[in-house]
Amino acid sequence: MSGATRTLMGLVLTALLSFPVASPLQADVLVVKGQTVYTMAGEPIKDGVVVIEDGTIAAVGAESRTEVPAGAKVLEAAVVTPGLVDAHSVVGLAGYLNQRQDQDQLERSSPIQPELRAIDAYNARERLIEWVRGFGVTTIHTGHAPGALVSGETLIAKTRGDTVAEAVFVPAAMIAATLGESAVSSEPKKAPGTRGKLAAMLRAELVKAQEHAAKRERAEEDEPPARDLRLESLERVLSGELPLLVTVDRQQDITTALRLQREFGFRLVLDSAADAHLLIDEIRAAGVPVIVHPTMARARGERENLSMETAALLADAGIPIALQSGYESYVPKTRVVLYEAAIAASRGLGRERALGAITIDAARLLGVDDRVGSLEVGKDGDLALYDGDPFEYTSHCEAVVIDGEVYAGEQTWRIVAE
Amino acid sequence: MNRAGAARWAIAAVLVMSATPAAAEVHAFVGAELIPITGEVISDGVLVIDGTTISAIGPASSVSVPSEATLHDVSGKVIMPGLVDTHSHIGGPRAADGSAPIQPDVRVLDSIDARDPGFQRARSGGLTALNVMPGSGHLMSGQTVYLKLRPAETIDDLLIHTEDGRIAGGMKMANGTNSRRDPPFPGTRGKSAALVRASFVEAQEYRRKLEAAGDDAGKRPDRDLAMEALLEVLDGERVVHHHTHRHDDILTVLRLREEFGFKVVLQHVSDAWKVADEIAAAGVPSSIIVIDSPGGKLETVHVSYENGRALEEAGALVGFHTDDSITDSRLFLRSAALAVRAGMSREGALYGMTMAGARMMELDERIGSLEVGKDADIVILSGDPLSVYSRVLETWVEGEKVFDLEREDDRLIANGGWGAGNPRHQALDCLEELEVGR
Repeated sequence: MSGATRTLMGLVLTALLSFPVASPLQADVLVVKGQTVYTMAGEPIKDGVVVIEDGTIAAVGAESRTEVPAGAKVLEAAVVTPGLVDAHSVVGLAGYLNQRQDQDQLERSSPIQPELRAIDAYNARERLIEWVRGFGVTTIHTGHAPGALVSGETLIAKTRGDTVAEAVFVPAAMIAATLGESAVSSEPKKAPGTRGKLAAMLRAELVKAQEHAAKRERAEEDEPPARDLRLESLERVLSGELPLLVTVDRQQDITTALRLQREFGFRLVLDSAADAHLLIDEIRAAGVPVIVHPTMARARGERENLSMETAALLADAGIPIALQSGYESYVPKTRVVLYEAAIAASRGLGRERALGAITIDAARLLGVDDRVGSLEVGKDGDLALYDGDPFEYTSHCEAVVIDGEVYAGEQTWRIVAE
Repeated sequence: MNRAGAARWAIAAVLVMSATPAAAEVHAFVGAELIPITGEVISDGVLVIDGTTISAIGPASSVSVPSEATLHDVSGKVIMPGLVDTHSHIGGPRAADGSAPIQPDVRVLDSIDARDPGFQRARSGGLTALNVMPGSGHLMSGQTVYLKLRPAETIDDLLIHTEDGRIAGGMKMANGTNSRRDPPFPGTRGKSAALVRASFVEAQEYRRKLEAAGDDAGKRPDRDLAMEALLEVLDGERVVHHHTHRHDDILTVLRLREEFGFKVVLQHVSDAWKVADEIAAAGVPSSIIVIDSPGGKLETVHVSYENGRALEEAGALVGFHTDDSITDSRLFLRSAALAVRAGMSREGALYGMTMAGARMMELDERIGSLEVGKDADIVILSGDPLSVYSRVLETWVEGEKVFDLEREDDRLIANGGWGAGNPRHQALDCLEELEVGR
């Protein structure tokens, strides 16, 4: 039996139009039933139901105690979760062909370019977006990649839509920065050439942004300082409007990130953080969240000491974490955050915390938990439907719902070029 | 057992071993679910190993435990044969250099660091036998080497010898884009095939000269190690492991095999689902790789989880490989599980992790299944081999435990952490092509 056939068999999609209804259905209603519904806002519900009206969750509860509107389209699955939230990706900027024309995640012309906007590069029709959606991912935090001292903005999008405008719901989410060997210039005698220089350049640029802001505050109305988009971007970091997402792996780089955060008081999000298991007390004391490297990231280079148990160790210490698909330069061109969470689950994090790290905890870390990450009334109608434990290798994502719209699960195993 | 207990046990074991160096150790594993691969699953089984081989296997009701055996209570656990990885790059293998596209005389075994921690990572994933290969940047990048993951200080500790005394190994070939480079490398697919064809014809000519000379040493051509290696390939003594991705490149391999009659295992076979019937009709085995997402490399954009299912349905022999470091040896079982996710049979996938690989390396008389007389290469798992929650608890090679998740240093290797990254060579293989667009 093919995956597609099984998916069709497993997915009961019925329009209950035979029941006469007293009042005609006003809203566009979708009902999703699950033998187990992980709401991520309380205990899982046995035989639960989620009602979505006009793209928004209108009711969640046990089927026996929840009023289900007649005439609605009904989906059923063994397990229902919130749509998955991938806390850090590059899909949409990095395409699956891995050719120059579909790789817009990293601009190497200058080490500090916070003014690069992810919305100017996001390709909503990129096939890898459809690929990760097939596994239940409905929200991605994506944008400029690690690999430059300051590489640009990130955005938050739903994994649907034909245009950037249809997909994106947070156009500027964070400013991405990198401390470590990958941000060091490969050309000799070209800055930044060392770790010390990376920190010095970032510090200098942040000071410049502070002074630019101060100058504008002091200025008479008729003589503000000349506009500088680069400094204005960093001012948004200094004001706390946008977090600085700092990709770091080596323990000395993690402490540098924490030091810069103390100096400038910006909102810091640690990314990747392969050596974080060595600095649990420091990270907890700083109150900084961590988007942990993909659990299956290759343990080499700066990540040579990564542990598949890091997510569990940080979570045990009370440090807010989320999981990510990350950035890959070769194959797989994107990881699947569901798979990364599965390995974390089996390496101490456990099923529910691992699910949290790709739903509600990721949404909180990204500041979008008012809309996504859990199944609660008023939130976006984003769900993933599985035929078993979502983390089991042999389970399947049968369907995905985004804002009440139903998309195929992983029934398509092949990307065939148009 | 707590840590101190484990240490005392280890010391005691060392004392016992040094006191009786000659006696073959007998171990009986009692109570596990046994997955023999070549027979039905045994739910409450007994597996006995005597020295380096399996001496008994069966249900607890029918196998008696020898009195001298060390007992291992493995109830609730699962035992299967050690995993066979038909394509790995651990140990920092480097064979052919940039001087020519076809270098059959170069041997990968002359480059391998047996102390590379990658070997212990492989043991922690349940691997017991490997085909370590040079990279894919050549039409023929050299002789591969089949290894047993015994405890090792030098490469010699890992080698496998065939019955006629040769060091077991294959020949690595590649087509498609990796081996297309600046001269003297080929620039096109047509030229790639032409160069390979010319080399095999040259080897045939060399053999003709050898045969014409007969016993007359004076008439024999000078020894040519490259030609001798190619003759091993043409004589079927050395299996070709052929890197190939695109469907037309796969068919080119089948065509060249048809012309020259060498034994070949298709490696990667990204487009297998498009030409599964042709592969099956040729009777050629495929060692597939399972990658989380397609793309990243232009000739692999159509790679599919369904390759295992498609080849199985077509009736072809299917195995798996890690291509470590492309996928992680520690998580090799994941490849089989994802193939099952896409419709391959559970039995076929587990066969693919063990016996299929053994057959592709022509070692199936010795490894690949739990059978009396075969090498005692086993994996003890905490549960279903295809579950994400199962862990490899122990790995044994030829009757010796080579990995134990209870040991702190092994746990570090299995999970990662500070010190897990102590200097090791990283295989680059396909990663040589990191730059975008190549």
